[in-house]
Amino acid sequence: MTDYNFAYLDEQTKRMIRRAILKGLAIPGYQVPFASREMPMPYGWGTGGVQLSAATLTPDDRLKVIDQGADDTTNAVSIRKFFEKTARVATTEHTPDASVIQTRHRIPEAPLSEDQILIYQVPIPEPLRFLEPSEVETRKMHELSEYGLMHVKLYEDIARHGHIATSYAYPVQVEGRYVMDPSPIPKFDNPKLSDCAAIQLFGAGREQRIYALPPHTKVVSLDFEDHPFDPSKADAPCALCGDTSSYLDEVITDDAGTRMYVCSDTDHCQTRREAGHSKETAA
Amino acid sequence: MQETTLEGGFADAPRDAAHAFRACMNAMARPGRIETLRGATPPAPLSQAAGTLLLTLCDADTPVHLAGAHDCDAVRQWLAFHTGAPLAHARTDATFAIGVWDALLPLSDYPIGTARYPDRSATLVVEMDSLTATGARLTGPGIADSAALSLPDIAALRANHALFPQGLDFYFAAGEHLAALPRSTNVEDA
Repeated sequence: MTDYNFAYLDEQTKRMIRRAILKGLAIPGYQVPFASREMPMPYGWGTGGVQLSAATLTPDDRLKVIDQGADDTTNAVSIRKFFEKTARVATTEHTPDASVIQTRHRIPEAPLSEDQILIYQVPIPEPLRFLEPSEVETRKMHELSEYGLMHVKLYEDIARHGHIATSYAYPVQVEGRYVMDPSPIPKFDNPKLSDCAAIQLFGAGREQRIYALPPHTKVVSLDFEDHPFDPSKADAPCALCGDTSSYLDEVITDDAGTRMYVCSDTDHCQTRREAGHSKETAA
Repeated sequence: MQETTLEGGFADAPRDAAHAFRACMNAMARPGRIETLRGATPPAPLSQAAGTLLLTLCDADTPVHLAGAHDCDAVRQWLAFHTGAPLAHARTDATFAIGVWDALLPLSDYPIGTARYPDRSATLVVEMDSLTATGARLTGPGIADSAALSLPDIAALRANHALFPQGLDFYFAAGEHLAALPRSTNVEDA
């Protein structure tokens, strides 16, 4: 079967998504409702990101797909194959070679350029949803910039744990206006959201929302003066490439509690190993 | 029907529209940056950039307002044939409006969205004689330091920015060149 329309979606659907993207870019951090379509994969597998990619890809693009930093996990492989088949675009696993990167829950370690577009898969786009279940109420809170509840939540973290215990999907404020869910990226990645050279698009398929950050948008992680934001990571070097600055996954290796830490970004780790870095060469 | 009505659309709609949208998105994401937009050959007085933008973004869901000289048979029929977009009954219903600056005025005629749904606002496509990176000084999201763009009326566009997060978004078209000014951009005299 080769008779898919370019990038799977029909043209009217793509126009609807494209109009939502443009409004999202014009109002950074604001969640634009859109008529999300059924895709040939279940909700929760990145249908929002896939629809953004389908509306954004051109035949000249080179697509990279990552899932928790890895190019070789099920979700990443199947989405990459989906667009190889339906859009016939070139693909890559190497971050600097990609023009469009669809990501689930990570920002690549390599800095992004202005020729790149980063597309996030988002499960729950509303940062206030677990504090206020009503969409009517959260819309009103965004309208009035009434974000006190979010600060109460972070304060309760401090009261209970002694520090802000939120470690992923850490809320941010965009250009001093909308509070936004950065998708479940580790808070380690939050500083990379701000002043990024690439266009960042966020798609939530089940929740039918699109939002965006134009390049060089100021994005601030919420915090308190006496409890400043801390983009923490595991305090160890990568067991494979020895990097001490990348975000690490913890891998349990036996039933006695032995563990190793490895780079979450597989392309970053591979590139370093090919350049001769290892745990032994780490300073 | 004029014979030009049937001509001037995309040769390969999915791919031409994808390329055109990339230019539209890059323009909107980087206010003041002048992009090149090709693909359509619309009838006068539509410019190539404005015509291509309409083919890329308009359909039966988007009422279009044609202002001034753009409200002519050639444009109406071309738009209807290639996009199926209805003409807006009134400016308050328009999703897109197109014309030269003076014909589009006053800006208060167009929907600016609501406080809860600021995305429900019109996008104005302004036909210009030329576009250059001179004149008004632009700062805000999408701009690293500052940008410059030859805008028709700095005071009116500054007033539009003051409505943020509500407000209108603008495309400026000249020939095959396109630039954008979203409501988020702060506009000042150079």
